[in-house]
Amino acid sequence: MVNKNLKRLYTFLIFAFLYAPIIILIIYSFNDSKFRGDWNGFTLRWYIELFQDREVLRVLYYTFAIAITSSIISTVIGTMAAIGIHGIRGFTKKTILNLNYLPVLNPDIVTAVALMALFRMARLQFGFLTLLLAHITFSVPYVVLSILPKLKQMNDNLAEAAMDLGATPFYALRKVIIPEIMPGIITGGLLAFTLSIDDFVISFFTTGHGISNLSIYIYSMARKGINPTINALSTLMFFSLVALLLVINNRSEKSEKIIQERR
Amino acid sequence: MKLKRIGYPYFLWLGMFILIPLLLVTYFAFTTGDSQNFSTFTFSLDNFKKFMSPIYLGVLYRSVKIALISTVICLILGYPIAFIISREKPRVRNIMVLMFVIPMWMNFLLRTYAWLTLLGKNGILTKVLEFIGFEGVSLLYNDTAVLLGMVYNFLPFMVLPIFSVLTKMDKNLVEAAEDLGANKVEVFSKVIIPLSLPGVITGITMVFIPAVSTFVISGLLGGNKSSLIGNLIEQQFRYTGDWHFGSTMSIILMVFILASMALTSKFDKDKEGGGGGLW
Repeated sequence: MVNKNLKRLYTFLIFAFLYAPIIILIIYSFNDSKFRGDWNGFTLRWYIELFQDREVLRVLYYTFAIAITSSIISTVIGTMAAIGIHGIRGFTKKTILNLNYLPVLNPDIVTAVALMALFRMARLQFGFLTLLLAHITFSVPYVVLSILPKLKQMNDNLAEAAMDLGATPFYALRKVIIPEIMPGIITGGLLAFTLSIDDFVISFFTTGHGISNLSIYIYSMARKGINPTINALSTLMFFSLVALLLVINNRSEKSEKIIQERR
Repeated sequence: MKLKRIGYPYFLWLGMFILIPLLLVTYFAFTTGDSQNFSTFTFSLDNFKKFMSPIYLGVLYRSVKIALISTVICLILGYPIAFIISREKPRVRNIMVLMFVIPMWMNFLLRTYAWLTLLGKNGILTKVLEFIGFEGVSLLYNDTAVLLGMVYNFLPFMVLPIFSVLTKMDKNLVEAAEDLGANKVEVFSKVIIPLSLPGVITGITMVFIPAVSTFVISGLLGGNKSSLIGNLIEQQFRYTGDWHFGSTMSIILMVFILASMALTSKFDKDKEGGGGGLW
């Protein structure tokens, strides 16, 4: 039984390590002091200030605007791309797959400076548009990679059969292929959203004109000391994401049960 | 199938936003001139010569060293926990995996920044260390802090791939080994470890790549003395404005990583990833 307790202790220590900073952040979002390190009593001040701070609200707006737009666009492009890639063979397929894999393997900073160079050469004004293009660029590969395995599992004859029976290619796509690969599309979309909301490096190099997402804002404040409203904001975001996750999990468990019962 | 045509827009996108930018960086790397004015560019290898000086090579060496150490620590800490989780009942297992993912839902800069509070002069960890008897240990703004930040941020990337290989593993193989008289150590070293190798390799690459190229963790926790190659690249593009030298360092970093990928993938024959086999 010593062995079992040792396992428990180890698991506990690892999770304590992972959650220590998060607990600290949450605790300090209720701290009645501007400085980290000293505890001055409980307050909800930062939560109230958060909703009056125009700059923080602007940052929040841009973070979500970019994350939502880029994840929707990358999901659409990625789905189309995956179906396209699935249909081709040979050398072209290999080349495309490798190119698609490049942003996944490459360090973020290389992708970031490469995009920065491109936007500069194209004389684009650095701001919302460049940020959006950059986010789509690094998200699509992940969407493609989560959909491709589903396409491999799919029976290609299904779409062929639909078309033989008179469906137009678009109709077959909508009624046969898309429903078959839906789980992959959803995973890809969620992945794109998470990547976008948490991205710092690529955003840092491709934004401009006062457009910042949460990460850039935090980085720019880090030297002066981070305003506790940011702790409050992150605490709120963290708990809403966890709640969302629980809801999705619950639903997918239910739908899995339904599918199993049907079978 | 006619449907393959719907992939064409993305193929164009790949060319425009992935291939051309990388070619541009390569072009920058092999030229010198005013970074803002393309007409002044002339071909030269000066940037590479500049990089070959002890200062810059030293930074690259330090970055690789710290990244390697953090990868090894992640492996040592991560393998046992991945193993423990994989032996749990499915329900507990799912919850534990989720608990590895949930921290990633809070901004990683902020989580790294929170370590400043834990490690600072009045921080809890410092107090604990003082209590045990380590007076005046500085945990902030040095390489130890950077290492800690890396292990903290990248540990889930090591645990999750190893875990997924371990759960997919055929349990009968372990039983067969036991039936044939292998003891626990033998089962572990001759069956479980070799079978989990693909996950280990994925984990190593997923930790090493972000660790070797980071500038955020070293920037936040390391202070000025702990510059890594990522910090140098950041400085060239954001402050110094010498895009040519910055590009040279990016290219060197990229080639270094792709080369080490190619090396590790030799050990990893059974890969299921999306790469077309080049890496």
